[in-house]
Amino acid sequence: MNPQVRLSSLALWRSRLFSTPLDSAISLVVLAALVWAFAPLVRWALINATWAGETRADCAPGGACWVFIKARFGQFMYGFYPAAERWRPNLFLGLVVAGIVPLFWLHGRARLALGLAALLALPVLGVWLLGGGLGLRPIETRDWGGLMLTLFIAVYAGLIAVPLGILLALGRQSRLPLVRTLSVVFIEFWRGVPIIAVIFLASLLLPLIMPAGVGVDRLARAVIGLGLVIAAYMAEAVRGGLQALPKGQGEAASALGLGYWQTTGLITLPQALRISLPAMTNEFIALIKNTTLVLVVSILDLLGIAQGSLADPAWVGMNMEAYLFSGTIYWLICFALSRWSRSLEAGGPRSH
Amino acid sequence: MLRRLYYDARVRDLFWQIAISVGLVALTIFFVRNASQNMVNAGIASGFDFLWRSSGIDVPFVLTSYTASDSIWALFWAGVANTVFVSVIAMVLATIMGFLIGLARLSSHWLLSTAAGAYVEFVRNIPLLFFVLFWYFGVIAALPQPRDSLGFFSAIFLNNRGLTVPSPLDGSVFRWALLAILLAFAAQWLVARWAAARKARTGQDAPVIAAGLMLCLAVPLLALVIAARATGWDMPQPGRFNLRGGFVIIPEFVALLAALVTYTAGFVAEIVRGGIASVVKGQREAAASLGLRPGQILRFVVVPQALRVMIPPMTSQYLNVLKNSSFGAAIAYPDVVSLFMGSALNNTGQAIEIIAMTLAVYLFFGLIVSALMNWYNARIALVTR
Repeated sequence: MNPQVRLSSLALWRSRLFSTPLDSAISLVVLAALVWAFAPLVRWALINATWAGETRADCAPGGACWVFIKARFGQFMYGFYPAAERWRPNLFLGLVVAGIVPLFWLHGRARLALGLAALLALPVLGVWLLGGGLGLRPIETRDWGGLMLTLFIAVYAGLIAVPLGILLALGRQSRLPLVRTLSVVFIEFWRGVPIIAVIFLASLLLPLIMPAGVGVDRLARAVIGLGLVIAAYMAEAVRGGLQALPKGQGEAASALGLGYWQTTGLITLPQALRISLPAMTNEFIALIKNTTLVLVVSILDLLGIAQGSLADPAWVGMNMEAYLFSGTIYWLICFALSRWSRSLEAGGPRSH
Repeated sequence: MLRRLYYDARVRDLFWQIAISVGLVALTIFFVRNASQNMVNAGIASGFDFLWRSSGIDVPFVLTSYTASDSIWALFWAGVANTVFVSVIAMVLATIMGFLIGLARLSSHWLLSTAAGAYVEFVRNIPLLFFVLFWYFGVIAALPQPRDSLGFFSAIFLNNRGLTVPSPLDGSVFRWALLAILLAFAAQWLVARWAAARKARTGQDAPVIAAGLMLCLAVPLLALVIAARATGWDMPQPGRFNLRGGFVIIPEFVALLAALVTYTAGFVAEIVRGGIASVVKGQREAAASLGLRPGQILRFVVVPQALRVMIPPMTSQYLNVLKNSSFGAAIAYPDVVSLFMGSALNNTGQAIEIIAMTLAVYLFFGLIVSALMNWYNARIALVTR
């Protein structure tokens, strides 16, 4: 039995920070460093900051000018997407939430049906709602931007990466030597080159290898490039799950007379995916972080908009505000996902 | 007959593989024909002849003897050198910083481990490009003008144009110092081998650590000090408006290095923590009950087992540093991506050749790093009989 010693909070802090002379010394040094680093930051970002106002002139010197973020909030979220049409991305986000949230309550066939319908319909619907055409005002991808674009790139590159990654992972374990070799070469090639180079490559080579006259949208090139690289990383995540699965599962299915695709689709893959879900989530976090690289081909995602806003003559010297705001958003998204991935890991795979 | 063929696994395997090959070859032919057609339309000749043309591109930070009148081939190598330079320094610094943070995270001191944990959670969930831009446009741009440089020991000066350090007038003495250092390392290797053999024979410990400190720390330090005294130095002098003399490390390098190190250290810290935590408590307790001292427990029981867990993820972190050094292209650090895939490609339009060469650089160095780490991994792997 563990004796439960209840300490008063003061005693608890004393035991944590000052239980021995060495501990006390370390505590003081760390505390001093924290105060040295964070006191100016807190003073600047909170205490001396200006929250209300309209222009730069309203901001007090020596503090953060959050008026800047307020004035440009629309751009941080939507880029140069016309203000009158911003209901379209909002509606799409609502549809995505409406399509995904019920999956947590539904079971069995209803869940499968809704999941498949959402997976097939939503991506097409999204391109139509955001891009326009067929009755909606067309809006070129050049005008898309901000957080909306970051999420768009991450989700659509993910839609390429996950199925392709699963196929590659299966290919890497295939009985056919040709399929195995091709998968290994594909995976190792894309994992070996920098993503920034791949985005350059996609934006230069995709138009080149298409028949003359067939254009590939600038944004689509970046999404395809990112999707291919992340597929290679996803493949390794899925392979981990496939290898963690006891061999008997596949063998038992074969013994029952199931063919390769039946064994894979009904027995091994569902279990393997459940095991590799945390690893796949981590790859998705990496994908979100890497969407920022589209900056090098002048596509303005959240970080790109923040970077671009530094050049506005009406708001000179807002570097820190822009970085702090955009960095916090990235951090919140990735931190939430990583917590979710960790809770999946802690829950562990369901027994098979 | 046909039915038998249809159900024959070997025939079916062969059929699918032929079908896939035909499909891939057809796709490749389609792409290559389109590409050559498009290049003819755009008036670009394919081939590597462009490499011998004069580049005319000025590079602000060169480690090779490249100048703007040299060929594009020389420009390529100047870029490769810059990529390798920043990657290697970042690997070393990130390893050191990551180890310190990882150990702090494992410390029994509550505040220390919490602060280290907060750091790890902070850097791991933010894009690297954010750090690169932040260091470049946020921190270094906010540093003082050259005339108000921050000086350290009146030898090193930091300002918004970069870091100015003294440069040696005669670099050749450092070659001798390097030779002495390599000899010391070789000697240490021999000493360690001799000590291991002696221990296996007699069971006695030799003072390897003391010898190692001598040979791997004192001798290199001494060699560097002697070399530094033997040559004259071009010291940076604060002038009225600018610094004179010295070697200027450009701000792009400083920003990229700072971003790479602070970001990668967060990942290294997690690897270190995971590696040491993976050694089960019983191992330490068993070693202690056998009478090993804490230092011996760490050296003979914990570290060898932790290293085994740490090497594979460390390999991928080193590969990441190499690949991530290309983030410098976003702030125009003259690495191979920004010089060759950026400037040279813009000037010549030879997209396919230039992209292939750039990717080959990363694949080649990636293979070298993997090979080195695999060799090291094989050396420390558990020998099972």
